[in-house]
Amino acid sequence: MEESQSLAQFMVQQSGKLMSQTLTHISLTLLSMVFAIAIAVPLGIWIARSRKFSGPVLGFAGILQTIPSIALLGIMIPFLGIGPKPAILALFLYALLPVIRNTYTGITGVDPVIVDAAKGMGMSKWQILIKVELPLAFPVLMAGIRTATVINVGVATLAAYIAAGGLGEFIFGGIALNNSNMILAGAIPAALLAVILDFLLSRVQKLSLKRVRVAYLLLPFLFILFCSFYFLPSKIGGRMLAGFTPEFMGRQDGYLGLKEVYKLQMETVVVSDAVKYKAAYEGKLDVIDGYSTDGRLKAFDLITLEDDQHIFPPYYAAPVVRQDVLKKYPELEMVLNKLSGLLNDEEMTGLNYNVDKLKQSPEKVASDFLSEHHLLQSALPGGKGLIRIGSKVFGEQYILAQMYKLLIRGYSHLDVETKTGLGGTQICFDALKNDQIDLYPEYTGTGLLVILHPSPSVLNGIPKDKDAVFGYVKKEFSRQFNLTWLKPIGFNNSYALMMRRKQAADLNIKSITDLVHYIKEN
Amino acid sequence: MIKVENLSKKFDGKFAVEQINFEVAAGETLVLLGTSGCGKTTTLRMINRLIEPDFGEVYIDGKNVGRQQPELLRRHMGYVLQNHGLFPHYTVLENMSVVPKLLKWDKEKIRERSMELLDKLKLDSVLGKQYPSALSGGQQQRVGLARALMADPPILLMDEPFGALDNITRADIRREFTELDELVKKTIILVTHDIQEAFEMGDKICLMDQGKVMQYGTPEELLFKPQSTFVASFLKEHKLLLELKSLKMGEHTAWELLEQLEPGKLKEILLTSEG
Ligand SMILES: Nc1ncnc2c1ncn2[C@@H]1O[C@H](COP(=O)(O)OP(=O)(O)O)[C@@H](O)[C@H]1O
Ligand SMILES: [Mg+2]
Repeated sequence: MEESQSLAQFMVQQSGKLMSQTLTHISLTLLSMVFAIAIAVPLGIWIARSRKFSGPVLGFAGILQTIPSIALLGIMIPFLGIGPKPAILALFLYALLPVIRNTYTGITGVDPVIVDAAKGMGMSKWQILIKVELPLAFPVLMAGIRTATVINVGVATLAAYIAAGGLGEFIFGGIALNNSNMILAGAIPAALLAVILDFLLSRVQKLSLKRVRVAYLLLPFLFILFCSFYFLPSKIGGRMLAGFTPEFMGRQDGYLGLKEVYKLQMETVVVSDAVKYKAAYEGKLDVIDGYSTDGRLKAFDLITLEDDQHIFPPYYAAPVVRQDVLKKYPELEMVLNKLSGLLNDEEMTGLNYNVDKLKQSPEKVASDFLSEHHLLQSALPGGKGLIRIGSKVFGEQYILAQMYKLLIRGYSHLDVETKTGLGGTQICFDALKNDQIDLYPEYTGTGLLVILHPSPSVLNGIPKDKDAVFGYVKKEFSRQFNLTWLKPIGFNNSYALMMRRKQAADLNIKSITDLVHYIKEN
Repeated sequence: MIKVENLSKKFDGKFAVEQINFEVAAGETLVLLGTSGCGKTTTLRMINRLIEPDFGEVYIDGKNVGRQQPELLRRHMGYVLQNHGLFPHYTVLENMSVVPKLLKWDKEKIRERSMELLDKLKLDSVLGKQYPSALSGGQQQRVGLARALMADPPILLMDEPFGALDNITRADIRREFTELDELVKKTIILVTHDIQEAFEMGDKICLMDQGKVMQYGTPEELLFKPQSTFVASFLKEHKLLLELKSLKMGEHTAWELLEQLEPGKLKEILLTSEG
């Protein structure tokens, strides 16, 4: 079992990756800081001179900092694509406020008598700045740089979402794969990095600036610039580029399987689910992983490649319910089963499209669908008991949760509470196991690979067909966790590789094997 | 040497300094005397252009300072501030080297001059490596003066240079300063609100009130020929003491002769009688 592997073993085994992620992480942080300092310090000096601009400038930098990191990264993709550029820009923007503010506070905090004396002795404005104001403001200024650096070490983990690398690849991969060694292998170095950088900067803070020449100050900057470019993921030109989520990268039924079974060898970067479709649509990525019923498939005009060697296990969705709840309210099973067999891949993709792209509410999409199939009934009086429905954070799960809610209200006297947005698989599953929710829609493949996590030998013994997998998870969930898988809903939301429709047509790529051949030939 | 013509400055539409005129000959000491807020500092700072006048001119050696580059002008005028204004991040020696460095003196010359001044100002040379915060108030003020004297500027502007010191230190340092050979040849403008100080140090006194000159002349002229009741009443409290000190009887002043009779006694009587 993988669980028995220690953190140290994991880190040794992955030391090459760990090293390169750490170096990339440092580069992203330092490079963004160099740019931030180069802009923020002069800006801080300027607003200390022209105080009337201090309000607007600090206000604006403050607003930049309140933008959630992921949103900021997302905003930049259309302009800067994916990779280190937008990541550095985002980190740069976050670092502005602390540095501007502390430069401003430091300079305005210099005793005016001292500045007056300097002027009275015949120093020029520039000399006063370099010899008096900056050296005296330096400790405060450095405090701002320290704050910004520590913040940026943290935010830089998110760079992994947009193919900029860094320790976030382990952290988010580990979260997605429920692999705590992997999470720690990313989180511990990131924390250490923050502590070490903070310590080094606290040393710099104690330096006296009075004799330092401006030229000497520029040297470390240039050094960092030079080194950083070396360690950043380089831009790949001309060839096809694949962007895979951290989860996909680490899965046997994902990238590992692609390499093993299909012998796929192409340039890959790690991106987040939130940005990959758009990046593919804009031509920043050529191949991405995704779910075959994702509404964005339709929205961004992508097609799925046929998995002709069957490495992606079936992911048929079905409600997973606590057995004690089913026993207590026997009518629940019949109500939930009303949905089974009702939705195929294409229909589900269409519903997801309505939510993701057309921005219809999941409630509306759910009730429209049910009424189309003559399943929508006005709510019966409740009071018999409360059913808590969970869902993961994406449209399809919201829609299913809403459908179940409407069905339970319409066909039973039970009340319903939905707890949508429960992060990933592990969070949903833990909530269910710990009696915080009563049911949530899960996928057979996920149940098998993420939760049951059988050893490779057991896994190889399970045929990759729909019924075998369903039978296995149903049996194991019942035995291990007292949870019941009800009948599948019908669609198969399995992993798939996707490409732009036009590019796939131009290159005549229909299956993963076609893709592998195309790459080999070019 | 220094000529001030119709110098005026308004702050927020109100005159802080209004139509000031005076002239200081080379080697003379002019004291700007007056109560706090009467415009002394403003006047002084218009001479080295830390403040730009609204009207009027300042001439030094016949040249209008308004036409000179302020930084270059200031390097040839010593400036001593009330709170010494020493750079806290510079040692004593580094503080003293500021102006010479601006004037691009070589290291050796700076070192020699520093040692000379430390010696003259009775500062131990080990203090040279100290930071200002490690010095006493009197030492800080001496370093402030030493810094202003480093480049041997012909003009020295001093704004309440003893203002931050306690009474005893102030009297001591003032005496040392007046005895200092470096200061003898200098043209000095000194700002103070202390009447005794003004009379002790000034060749000329410019008594100011609310931005205007009330009387400009030698100490004796102010004392014996006050031009207005304001001047007379301003000096009244110290009148007897000042008169004794300025009345010449042969080699000595009346004050000195009386002091010799019974040292310390006279001052005590006068001070108690003045309240
Ligand atoms: N920068 C300034 N802005 C506004 N008012 C000022 C400024 N500097 C001085 N003043 C005012 O001008 C007047 C004269 O000030 P100052 O020359 O400092 O007086 P003094 O040195 O005789 O105590 C005072 O009323 C003071 O409040
Ligand atoms: Mg003053």
